[in-house]
Amino acid sequence: MTLSGQPPFSPDDPDLADQAGGWRSAYVHIPFCEQVCPYCDFAVAAGEDHLTARYARALIAEIRSAPKWGPLHAVNFGGGTPSRMPVPLLKRILATLVRRFGLHQGAEVSLEANPEDWTSGKAREVTSAGFNRVSLGAQSFDPLVLSYLGRRHTPRQIFRSVAAARGAGFSSINLDLMMGSPPETASSWSATVQRALECEPDHLSTYALSVETGTVLWKEVRAGAPAPDPDRQADYWEEVDHACREAGLVRYEVSNAARPGHPCRYNLSVWGQGRYLGFGNGAHSFRENRRWENVRDLRRYLETIESSRSPGRRHQTIAGWAAETERLWLGIRRRAGVRAGKVGMVLWKSDRGRRLRAAGVISLHEGRLRVERPLLTDAVSRAILALPPAEER
Amino acid sequence: MTSRSLIRNFCIIAHIDHGKSTLADRLLESAGAISQREMRDQVLDSMDLERERGITIKAQAVRLDYKASDGSTYVLNLIDTPGHVDFSYEVSRSLAACEGAILLVDANQGVQAQTVANAYLAVEAGLEIIPVVNKIDLPSAEPERAAEELSRILGGDPDDTIFISAKTGEGTDELSERIVKVVPPPGGDENLPLSALIFDSYYDLYRGVVCYLRVMEGALSVGERVMFMAAGEKRDTAEIGVLTPASVPVHTLGAGEVGYLITGAKEIDQVRVGDTVTSALRPTSRALQGYNNPRPMVFAGIFPTDGDDNPRLREALEKLRLNDASLQIAAEFSQALGFGFRCGFLGLLHMEIVRERLEREYDLDLVTTAPSVAYRVTLPEGKPTEVRSPADFPAAGRDMLVEEPWIKALILVPPEFLGAVMEILTSRRAELGPINYLGVERVEMPCRLPLAEVVFDFYDQLKSKTRGYASLDYEPDGYQSSDLVKVDILLNGSPVDAFSAVVHRQKAYGYGREIVIRLKKLIPRQLFDVPIQAAIGSRVISRETIRAKRKDVLAKCYGGDVTRKKKLLARQKEGKRRMKMVGSVEVPSEAFVAALQVKD
Repeated sequence: MTLSGQPPFSPDDPDLADQAGGWRSAYVHIPFCEQVCPYCDFAVAAGEDHLTARYARALIAEIRSAPKWGPLHAVNFGGGTPSRMPVPLLKRILATLVRRFGLHQGAEVSLEANPEDWTSGKAREVTSAGFNRVSLGAQSFDPLVLSYLGRRHTPRQIFRSVAAARGAGFSSINLDLMMGSPPETASSWSATVQRALECEPDHLSTYALSVETGTVLWKEVRAGAPAPDPDRQADYWEEVDHACREAGLVRYEVSNAARPGHPCRYNLSVWGQGRYLGFGNGAHSFRENRRWENVRDLRRYLETIESSRSPGRRHQTIAGWAAETERLWLGIRRRAGVRAGKVGMVLWKSDRGRRLRAAGVISLHEGRLRVERPLLTDAVSRAILALPPAEER
Repeated sequence: MTSRSLIRNFCIIAHIDHGKSTLADRLLESAGAISQREMRDQVLDSMDLERERGITIKAQAVRLDYKASDGSTYVLNLIDTPGHVDFSYEVSRSLAACEGAILLVDANQGVQAQTVANAYLAVEAGLEIIPVVNKIDLPSAEPERAAEELSRILGGDPDDTIFISAKTGEGTDELSERIVKVVPPPGGDENLPLSALIFDSYYDLYRGVVCYLRVMEGALSVGERVMFMAAGEKRDTAEIGVLTPASVPVHTLGAGEVGYLITGAKEIDQVRVGDTVTSALRPTSRALQGYNNPRPMVFAGIFPTDGDDNPRLREALEKLRLNDASLQIAAEFSQALGFGFRCGFLGLLHMEIVRERLEREYDLDLVTTAPSVAYRVTLPEGKPTEVRSPADFPAAGRDMLVEEPWIKALILVPPEFLGAVMEILTSRRAELGPINYLGVERVEMPCRLPLAEVVFDFYDQLKSKTRGYASLDYEPDGYQSSDLVKVDILLNGSPVDAFSAVVHRQKAYGYGREIVIRLKKLIPRQLFDVPIQAAIGSRVISRETIRAKRKDVLAKCYGGDVTRKKKLLARQKEGKRRMKMVGSVEVPSEAFVAALQVKD
């Protein structure tokens, strides 16, 4: 099944990757959470559920005041926990978006949900509100790991939530897994991967746990608690990469694999340097060569919108060499690689490029630069960012 | 000119922190030499670094007027001496200008090795010695014990000791009286031709070289043409004067007096410390006994972290040399560290002070290689050559004679640490001499050992194994042949010159192993496996491998994160700026320092 009825592209298809750079997407941030997870550094708010209606009004106002644009190829409700938001509110926000910009044929309309509050009833409500993809925050099937990560659902609830989504008719279901937390053993991870694949998701994201500055986890690690071990994460990554291939999922980016026809379009668009508008506190936007971000604090965001001021901050113009390097370091996260262009060729011929080639990290085929050892992607990104701008050479 | 009978020239001999500068301040204050308002703590230590570290590096002289109880006003010339082992040659310079010495000991810490060494220097120089115990105000003070130790060294009566607190001023009047009473007035004859000993000099940006001298015979007057005997140079005296401690010009300095002389000389080398100043018209026939030029004992490479700073480093070193003739510099190139300088120092403290001044006063970011000594290498076909850098040391397997400098050392330590010190000494090839008890609390351990064993973390070890109670003094004691080899460290197959070291054959494995293990911890994982080896010639004696990096990627990259992720990547990229490429291996600059760092 595909979203648009077109023949399914392989998720790692280079043409698809390049096309995505021309798409328009929208991101809607829903900051509400029951509790803040110890590793999370997103703009989230716990214990503020009484603000959901007010927040929805602010979102609607922000969307209405955005300049006209063409129809959207992808819409993503992320968080926070979008599934905590009363569905009628979600429905009104989405309807506003559709009225303001329109939806492209076959557009992906996705929402993040936590297994513990994802019931069959809610799943049906959400599909009828217009969403066609759901991303479930499974994280792990090991209760010990779940508790370390501060998650409140059980492995059984994950199975149930997948079934609920299936029953409600979602055309694409994703599971998020978090790998390599200190209490996770190799056998626990194997079991998690196996269970996740038993759910037959259309899409599987496997993120290595990272310690982000300022989080609870960061403070604990700084005080001497064990940190994730990158070598073990590399082992786990190789295992899930292999398991996905066996199960018919194609890894199309460092941390993402999907069945044919099911890559996440919103993400493809970001990695392809496509344009997107972000709504809500802390949301980022990229449009007409400009990147900006909204006020991060929830209450300050509400007050800004309610006093009819623009929540946008830190506007930055991305053009010329900077835009090209960005296209490269974003694009090389994908299995499809990226058109090398001038900057790619400068990298290829540079000292760093030569060292990366010698170590088998990058390849160049028919003008496409690709990372052959995905776990070393950032070494390539840094090499790209370290290239002296054209005018200085 | 002051009548010689009213002049007293003396110095203070003390260990670091035993309160010499505080005592000097108190004496100045009591003489009214400086007003309360001008009073900064520790007037004599004029360099910031000296003040901060509480040690005196350059000797200086201050003149004070003291109205004694006998009704006469005496001129007391206090000639400062440095308090650290590296600078003992400067101590002997100061001693030659005095007739008396205050031997100052901390009531809490007692006699230290350098106090003993310097006290003996003073006795040999024929000085009258006044034993003084300081810091009697401290609750933990044991003045009687310190007095007992002093009397053992000096062979006098403990009752002769003066007990003071330089901090509160208690006892300092008694001390001034004692100086007047027991220190003999200077000798000399005003009618003889001028002979004056230069005991220190420094470079002043505006006035050129200023030298401190002690007139031994005759008199020195302003406008007179003088001759520097060893240098053979004649100059006019532009200014002479005394320090109170401010410079006060005078017309004449007579025999027995201490003061300064400015001739307009612009380079410190033109006016050598130890030279004799005499009259150009009526020269003396006999030069005073001078000093040997201090020889650098410890060598290390100093490199700028950023290669572009090399000219600034050169300029800074040359400026430091203006005031410090004992600092030697020679340009050096290292494959790993680029262009820099091989510097010769009097000792480890001297090295540390130079390094700190470069970093602090000249804002330089530096990498300093492990200190080494000057080896004397004789190849069968040639004459002995001095090798100051491991890089110049001939490859293993050649038939050659290698000699290394030895030192004669004196260690003072409480008896309970004898075993610990013995252990350190035997592990460092020391030859132990007869142990001598200085009372029940302290033992004197004379020994000989290779200087190379001392320059690398010996002092720190000694201090940490004796909880800070041991003290050390040493002097050079000739060269001796030794079984030395050069250990090379190879990174991914290519030698890194900065890590090469000359060590005794028996210690080669230990050194190689240590550096290999440290480097394994310090060098970040690369895109490929990196072997680290220690080798003598072509023989590998130790090996470790830095495993290739497996994961280097940020977990997520959502739309919202693009700017943030880019910042993060850029920050990591910034961090890379201080990397040095060694072959195809990226080595953080800090690794060079850290790998060679001394540890407990």
